[in-house]
Amino acid sequence: MSYVALKMLFGDRAKYLMLLCGLTFCVMLIVQQGSIFWGLMIWSQSGISNLNAPIWVTDPNISQVAEVKPIASTTVERVRSVPGVEWAVPLYRGVGRARLANGEYHQITLMGLDASTLIGRPGHMQEGRIEDLRTPDAVVVDQWAVERMGGPEAIKVGTIFEINDKKARVVGIAHVQKDFQNIPSVYATFERATTYAPPERRLLSYVLAKARDNEPVEAVTRRIAEQTGLGAFTQEEFGWKTILWVLKNTGIGINFGTTILLGFIVGMAIAGQTFYLFTVENLKQFGALKAMGASTFALARMIILQAFTVGLIGFGVGIGLATLFGTLAASRGQLPFSETWPLLWLVFGSLLAICIFSATISIIKLAKLEPAIVFR
Amino acid sequence: MELDTHTAEASVEGAPKGPPPAVMVRGVIKSFGTGDTKVTVLKGIDLDVRMGELLLLVGESGGGKTTLLSVIAGILDIDEGQLDVLGVPLPHLPGGKKTKFRGQTMGFIFQQFNLLPTLTAVENVAVPLLIHGTPKKEALHRARTMLETVGLGDRTEFVPAKLSGGQQQRVAIARALVSEPRLLICDEPTAALDGENGQKIMAILRDVGRSPERAVIVVTHDSRIFRFGDRIAELTDGRIVSVRGVPKTPPGELTGPTVGGGAPSASTESPS
Ligand SMILES: Nc1ncnc2c1ncn2[C@@H]1O[C@H](COP(=O)(O)OP(=O)(O)OP(=O)(O)O)[C@@H](O)[C@H]1O
Ligand SMILES: [Mg+2]
Repeated sequence: MSYVALKMLFGDRAKYLMLLCGLTFCVMLIVQQGSIFWGLMIWSQSGISNLNAPIWVTDPNISQVAEVKPIASTTVERVRSVPGVEWAVPLYRGVGRARLANGEYHQITLMGLDASTLIGRPGHMQEGRIEDLRTPDAVVVDQWAVERMGGPEAIKVGTIFEINDKKARVVGIAHVQKDFQNIPSVYATFERATTYAPPERRLLSYVLAKARDNEPVEAVTRRIAEQTGLGAFTQEEFGWKTILWVLKNTGIGINFGTTILLGFIVGMAIAGQTFYLFTVENLKQFGALKAMGASTFALARMIILQAFTVGLIGFGVGIGLATLFGTLAASRGQLPFSETWPLLWLVFGSLLAICIFSATISIIKLAKLEPAIVFR
Repeated sequence: MELDTHTAEASVEGAPKGPPPAVMVRGVIKSFGTGDTKVTVLKGIDLDVRMGELLLLVGESGGGKTTLLSVIAGILDIDEGQLDVLGVPLPHLPGGKKTKFRGQTMGFIFQQFNLLPTLTAVENVAVPLLIHGTPKKEALHRARTMLETVGLGDRTEFVPAKLSGGQQQRVAIARALVSEPRLLICDEPTAALDGENGQKIMAILRDVGRSPERAVIVVTHDSRIFRFGDRIAELTDGRIVSVRGVPKTPPGELTGPTVGGGAPSASTESPS
């Protein structure tokens, strides 16, 4: 009977294609929007992931990485003295104003790294050496700075510009994950960064730390928080904190959530409706099968086979199209796009739900079907 | 087992009364609805259908012919009365067994053919076999043989839409007969066809469908096909008012087109 079921499905080309389109569209929409959403979330914490430090220490009331709440400069020593801490270094993070030779102004994020270790340094240098930060007036800019501030002609190794009216000399170009707010980053040593920064009582933004290899990171992080009275977070915790803040304080969560839900509902409606119609139009045929001795159970198996066959094909095609779109868009770095396994599982789950829903309403219809209708 | 229908008649073979009826209906009452909207459609039906005969069931529209067929097929439950089909008291079978019994012992032909539109003729014919778990290859082989028997050996791979009405009904006949049912139930099999095709279908039912091992019931309005029956039962207002034999046409007289012995001329039918 599987053979008969599949022939019924594929034989009605128009309806089969409509069903497939509905499911494909739904899968594509959810995958695409979900991937962009997740890409955005990754961008939102690039201020953390780009620095790649296991433990972040700062004001306990901090809500996300870009919100700087300076702490006392003695904190570095206090963190170092916590048992289980292997190292702890200062980090400056602040907003600065870059002025180029041509007179243009650009907002930048200024990062000050510990001069001796350069912990928090970009993972990959496109040009130049990060160690040159230790030379006078040296800064490293990221590739987004090059893009935003006038291209490789205006910003290259050797370019001199001003940060908050003080001289800066580009010694390298880093390659980092784009920032959510699309503000370019400029790296300097901690001391250098504090001279750029406006005079403030406190200039230490974060202390980056690492637990000893034999100590669990979480435990050491808790210990730092207890002994310093400050907020201490693992990289992952801080990342989630930032994501949750973004979700709560921007429309992103709602917007994408709505689109994804819409995709789900629309997909469910189209697929359910088409499939139901498909069944209803074949009702007499199903009735004839029933009259010929096919049990409701056998008919249900046919319906389920039909629903899941078209569902799986739609899943494949939808994911394929979304991935194609994502690779094209993400290859230019313009769109956040991160297709993850959890997302694909989520879509798979949604699709199963849609198929089960469609099959169920059809099966209910069939179960109620009097085979007597075949005589009418 | 309990579905074995052969035992019931074996012992009385050759007895003066003849074999027991394939279908025995006694005092069957069937109504639809409840309360004020209750309509009693079958008001006490008594009817025997003999093994080996082709019984025509005729009568006014709305008289309850289709209802009676559904009852005999076990598709509708009766309110009162006795109903034995092939020696099995049908009302006492539980639902699932009834469906199985129906699939194993009965074939159906409907006014609207009810072929699966996306299946080819031979696949449609194979469906009843597939339902009962016959391997696909064997089912298709038997279906092809059956289609040849009804004169459609050259149309096996056509989908129903590419066949004329008469050809579709012949596919339906092949489908009804492929599992070799002992009871063949036909509700107005010629009503959707023109006169000539109707005659042809009846000839097939008489020549191929009728067999000593099978009872055939045909509901019809069409007096032109009465001569294909062995007996005619008339159902009026929920009761069988008469049952009469059909006089046999003397040999040599025109008995309508016959089938078998090569494909019948397809020239009289044009594919729609
Ligand atoms: N499921 C049902 N519910 C209610 N009433 C029904 C149902 N099925 C049939 N009836 C009624 O039973 C009566 C007999 O119907 P039936 O179809 O058996 O007549 P029929 O003799 O086959 O008529 P026709 O020659 O027009 O096909 C009709 O009045 C019809 O309205
Ligand atoms: Mg009728």
